[in-house]
Amino acid sequence: MDDLMSVVDWSRWQFALTAMYHWLFVPLTLGLSLIVAIMESIYLRTRDSHWLSITKFWMLLFGINFACGVATGIILEFEFGTNWSNYSWFVGDIFGAPLAIEGLLAFFMESTFIAVMFFGWKKVSPGFHLAATWLTAIGASISALWILVANGWMQYPAGMEFDPDQMRNVMVNFWDVALSPVAINKFFHAVLSGWTLAGVFVIGVSSWFLLLKRRTALALDSIKVGGWVGLIGIILTIWTGDGSAVQVSKVQPMKLAAMEGLWRGQSGQAIVGFGILNPSKSVGNDEDPFLFEISIPKGLSVLARHDVNAFVPGIEDIIDGVDYDNEGNRINTVSYADRIEMGRLAHDALRAYDKAVSSGDQEARVAALQSLRDNYRYFGYGYLESPEQAIPPIAMTFYTFHIMVMAGGYLLLFFVAVMIFVYRFPKILRQRWMQWVAMLTIPVVWVCSQSGWITAEVGRQPWIIQDLMPVRAAISDISAASVQLTFWMFAAVFTLLLAAEISIMLRQIAKASQESDVADANINNPKN
Amino acid sequence: MEMDHTLYILQSYWWLLISVLGALLVFMLFVQGGQSMLLCTRDHTSQTLMVNLLGRKWELTFTTLVVFGGAFFASFPLFYSTSFGGAYWLWMLILFSFIIQAVSYEFRRKAGNLYGTRTYDWFLFINGTLGCLLLGVAVGTMIFGAEFTVTKSNILDAGAPVISQWVPTHGLEAIASWRNLLLGVMVLFLARTTADIYFLANVEHDRNFVVSTRRRLLIDSMVFVVLFLLFVFVFLTATGYRASGSKIIPEPYLYWTNFLEMWWAATLFLLGVAGVLVAIGGTLFVPKFRHGMWYIGVGTVLVVMTLFWVIGYNDTAYYPSLIDPSSSLTISNSSSSRFTLEVMSWVSVITPFVLAYIAYVWYKMDRKPITPAEVSADDHAY
Repeated sequence: MDDLMSVVDWSRWQFALTAMYHWLFVPLTLGLSLIVAIMESIYLRTRDSHWLSITKFWMLLFGINFACGVATGIILEFEFGTNWSNYSWFVGDIFGAPLAIEGLLAFFMESTFIAVMFFGWKKVSPGFHLAATWLTAIGASISALWILVANGWMQYPAGMEFDPDQMRNVMVNFWDVALSPVAINKFFHAVLSGWTLAGVFVIGVSSWFLLLKRRTALALDSIKVGGWVGLIGIILTIWTGDGSAVQVSKVQPMKLAAMEGLWRGQSGQAIVGFGILNPSKSVGNDEDPFLFEISIPKGLSVLARHDVNAFVPGIEDIIDGVDYDNEGNRINTVSYADRIEMGRLAHDALRAYDKAVSSGDQEARVAALQSLRDNYRYFGYGYLESPEQAIPPIAMTFYTFHIMVMAGGYLLLFFVAVMIFVYRFPKILRQRWMQWVAMLTIPVVWVCSQSGWITAEVGRQPWIIQDLMPVRAAISDISAASVQLTFWMFAAVFTLLLAAEISIMLRQIAKASQESDVADANINNPKN
Repeated sequence: MEMDHTLYILQSYWWLLISVLGALLVFMLFVQGGQSMLLCTRDHTSQTLMVNLLGRKWELTFTTLVVFGGAFFASFPLFYSTSFGGAYWLWMLILFSFIIQAVSYEFRRKAGNLYGTRTYDWFLFINGTLGCLLLGVAVGTMIFGAEFTVTKSNILDAGAPVISQWVPTHGLEAIASWRNLLLGVMVLFLARTTADIYFLANVEHDRNFVVSTRRRLLIDSMVFVVLFLLFVFVFLTATGYRASGSKIIPEPYLYWTNFLEMWWAATLFLLGVAGVLVAIGGTLFVPKFRHGMWYIGVGTVLVVMTLFWVIGYNDTAYYPSLIDPSSSLTISNSSSSRFTLEVMSWVSVITPFVLAYIAYVWYKMDRKPITPAEVSADDHAY
């Protein structure tokens, strides 16, 4: 293991690559499955072939995207074993359960009913077909639920205790894991962001039809459905994002500090609306953290603690163990130096426990167990050499967080404007500038979505399980060269598949724009 | 003692579920078996029929693989961490073959797919052959062993913290083992045989297709039966590893002994073999025999399930370490905690319901044989 950090870094890159590619496809699956189900419901209610045509068009794009999501998803599950072998044992007792439940409850539902959705139009009744479409959409969301339960648990480990005989963590309360507020919030935030993304996608593609002056009835009705789903999605995404910030301030204050580039906090802490970080800033020097910044007074205190005068700790405060509650009382006083010391004591205690069990020394075993329990809370810090190692990459966390927030704000305005145009000023939707705005919003929503995940995952570094296991202790016993090779293989394959998906989608959209407007004629003249 | 007994029951129950999922996966590999034939099928209509028949089931196979992995992770995490992290290249090759499969059905005939239909058919072929072969090799390591060690206290070594260590070839040595390969090739020909039977059960209007498929079934099934007999001989004469007290020691003919001691497993194994043979014989020699999939499905599931029982029950190590027998994995030393197994057991109650809706949808979708006209009229056809 000479190249330990190299293996860690390449494993990290490989997982990040897979996760980011996976998240290109999944939010569209989550949102588009809902939109297609709504469209088919309208068709079944109205029996209007126009809505059947709309449903089938978006279903086609859904199918193309779904395939890539499946291809990247399988890798993520198995990479926990291939690249994070230690992790799989250390917390497999807890982490494996949501993955298995996901498979049993969600994947079978999706894979069974998606076949009916695509091929069952003439094989099952219309009602059964609609049920299959809804079950596919529900299956996708249930799948997301259990994955986010697993992810939420990594950020906020709950419902478990350490078993020194097995040298691993074991679950003691399933509901604490499954109903963890962090997990539930993450679920809604991620799934609703999928609605937002799909809403933008539908409006953007429809706007292209409008730009060409083709399939206008399909485009306008699609914008209505996509607009409603997207508007509800963005409002609730922002709402759950606020909940997420409050939770992060409680359970991952270091992540919050990195998101804001905050080195020293204060009561009534301002929030940075826009800023350029000073790369020279580090722990202990007096450099200004920002080269340039525009701040909103007291904004971070409001965001993180819902109190204008609340204290929000910065990176150096957290390292020093300085924090205050809303009444001004000092709390959370365990400094990182102390945490590292306690982590090492926990390691020593586990070694002593193991030795005592082997030698049959009951007294030593009890003493070691007590020491382990007293210090286990900071077990992960025992792997660190200095407090600085517990600081996440500030720049990546800060910039992605701000990109997400700015893009999210823009998306709210976008959906509000689109819905006002749909119901009050429909002519604006037919103007070229609006159509271009809608189309150019498609890359914005993807950047926003990716930025959110980068903030969440980079911001929790160096932990794979908050405070209990750093990423460097979670790896498999493989060479850096092997992981490097598979990284490039994945990068090549995923990129080629993404290129094919985009190309096919563009071709299908172009093909649809060339198709006859019989359906449009139907909607314009129902007697046809 | 009562606690230990409950834990043992839960571990046994979860090994049963793993064996059911593993068995269903092997059966569902008929999709891969069918894919392995696509490149050799010159007739366009036949090829289209085959792709569309397989395309309606591929996601079930894929899902079964994912659930098999997830269930193994949840119930026997030490296997997950040891095998996947250790036999890195073996699993990576399996995964790559499944990535390229996942897009191929959807993309192969779509305009703008960049690489042409032939490329995606090659992807399906690679997944069809390599997927079966390597999954067989992976299961082979559970029977014939692998070269790894497990030292849990490594987790306290900050410089080299990994508890499960593998030889530097990381799974390539498993692929080079002839016994593992034998199992892999056998799985491939079982998958091909099942695919032939599946095609014959679902296409009846195309005379040429039926005749050529029947001819191929004859060859595939003969190769399969020969390989199966060879495998059974190698399996029953192999040395297994048994937990005895705190030690795990090699024991010649352990799997044979287990069959003798677990007569019920042997009985079901033989019944399964009979089912597979009835499916092959009936489809080949009885013109109106249309229940081949049921026989070969039930037969395959019974055979694979009982193989899992024989390598996991009766204190047998289901993942023997050839370089450090004490590191071998048994269902007792590699399982999740009692609490987790209990929780997961409650969740598993839903399994019959899941199987029921899959069976119902399968019935609804496959009630009538597929025709070329139906495929050409379908705007979502592959």
